[in-house]
Amino acid sequence: MSLRPELAAIADMIRPGTRVLDVGCGDGELLDHLVRAKCVDGRGIEISQQNVNACVARGLSVVQGDADTDLAEYPGGVFDAVILSQTIQATEKPAKVLTDMLRIGRRVAVSLPNFGYWKVRASLVAFGKMPRTRTLDYNWYDTPNIHLCSLADFVDLTQTVGATIVEAHALDANGNTRRMRPDAVNRGYLGPNLWAPGAIFLLKKS
Amino acid sequence: MAEHPRFTRPITAHEADKGQAITFDQPLPLDCGRSLSPVTVAYISHGTLNADKSNAILICHALTGDQFVASNNPVTGKPGWWISLVGPGKPIDTDRFFVICANVIGGCMGSTGPADIDLATGKPYGLTFPLITIRDMVRSQKMLVDALGIEKLFAVIGGSMGGMQVLQWAASYPDSVRACIPIACAARHSAQNIALHEVGRQAIMADPEWKNGEYAIAGTFPSKGLAVARMAAHITYLSEAALQRKFGRNLQNRASLSFQFAPDFQIESYLHYQGAAFVDRFDANSYLYITRAMDYFDMAEEHGGKLAEVFRNSPTRFCIIAFTSDWLFPPAENKHVAHALNAVAGNVSFVVIDSDKGHDAFLLDEPEMYAAVDGFVDAVAREVGIA
Repeated sequence: MSLRPELAAIADMIRPGTRVLDVGCGDGELLDHLVRAKCVDGRGIEISQQNVNACVARGLSVVQGDADTDLAEYPGGVFDAVILSQTIQATEKPAKVLTDMLRIGRRVAVSLPNFGYWKVRASLVAFGKMPRTRTLDYNWYDTPNIHLCSLADFVDLTQTVGATIVEAHALDANGNTRRMRPDAVNRGYLGPNLWAPGAIFLLKKS
Repeated sequence: MAEHPRFTRPITAHEADKGQAITFDQPLPLDCGRSLSPVTVAYISHGTLNADKSNAILICHALTGDQFVASNNPVTGKPGWWISLVGPGKPIDTDRFFVICANVIGGCMGSTGPADIDLATGKPYGLTFPLITIRDMVRSQKMLVDALGIEKLFAVIGGSMGGMQVLQWAASYPDSVRACIPIACAARHSAQNIALHEVGRQAIMADPEWKNGEYAIAGTFPSKGLAVARMAAHITYLSEAALQRKFGRNLQNRASLSFQFAPDFQIESYLHYQGAAFVDRFDANSYLYITRAMDYFDMAEEHGGKLAEVFRNSPTRFCIIAFTSDWLFPPAENKHVAHALNAVAGNVSFVVIDSDKGHDAFLLDEPEMYAAVDGFVDAVAREVGIA
């Protein structure tokens, strides 16, 4: 079974044999791959009870918990990498979650949908309604995504919480990744903010 | 050294495997400062220990449980209490693992307890039996495991008081246990649970037949008190929803209320039955001692209340399982342990299973529990290379 390109790109950021925490690990697809293919010491937090049970049944070390409240429990610097895949927009306090992750892990990988994507912008301009796209396929009133942002917004946040982007990949409409120059992104140059439906960033504390 | 255990209660199922017992001459030091000597640990085993002795799983039983986890109980004749989980091809696979289950000390199924003769006096211990703790129980299990030549257990698993022992194993002997599966338990006994236990103990001690614990000498037995204790406790093992679903306000063998105090309702008859069946198999003083051991359980106490310190640098993998409708050991209590392990970057899985069956869910048919245990055990077995 091959990994989605987005997850594969995150997996490429993880060094074999390291200790990894996947926050919002879902049914454990990425974590399972990392444990099996990269021999990482993998742990997960997942809010859905059903997903946790599925993860544990496939042999993964996953706890039922909430990124907003439970990351505070973890000690500093014990993970080589902390992953937050398509989850930050669903957290109550994204800045706090990101700060906690930067404290817990030496590297933090975040993938997120881009609300600055031109189709999202066009949809809002053209129809005057909250956009629904392939990556953000919810009505405004029942979406779990309560803190949507553009890639530019996210880069601002990384600076606010004292993080530096060490690697960046834009995700195209087909889910394929395209490497961005991190130094350019850190300086604020962000073409994909218009054309990419999403992106993956690897961060470290500045 | 190995012998057949002596049970406090008569054997009804003579064909059932009675298991083994080992009597140790070395004294068992206890938390209360006293020691037990000689001390017998009764146990049963299933499956085969492999050549490098890496496939042993210890099962810890609950308050009123015993070592007959997967085979017929010689005293009651009933099937093992965890046959749904333990056996050939089951999540705790006896074709793959060497499974051991021991009666706790203080119990009445062959391990040294208050009904046994104190060699110093020639009389049954009764209340002269020393107060025991969960850690004492685990210490006696360690003696057994050592005697069986097992340096490192593959896993320790148990629910309720069994789960407390599992946690204590990880705390007392971190290097002797590879994986821990504490189910429906807590790292300390709550005020509510101590209160419920005290009701049970007072019911026993208020029974005139109890005779200050010397009923064996007097030739009596506090059946009524022990039955009431069991009835009260049994309610705590269920849930409001399960009671309503199973019994509702249904009447027992009658069409209308009797306007008397004889059992009108099915739930009353059910509790009476539970009480009556229990006194046929359990010892009243054992009930006092074992409930007390649970009350005294508080792992964080010696670490200034910081539970995480108990598990610092623990090499053990944990899989904690809780049930939503368990109000004796609610998910929050179980989660407290998971958080403590997170706080020291311990390797922990924490599963909450939706069930309306209350605390007893861990003994009942819960496919999600089987899947969690199966997945966890298999993952650890693959790490170790157990086929």
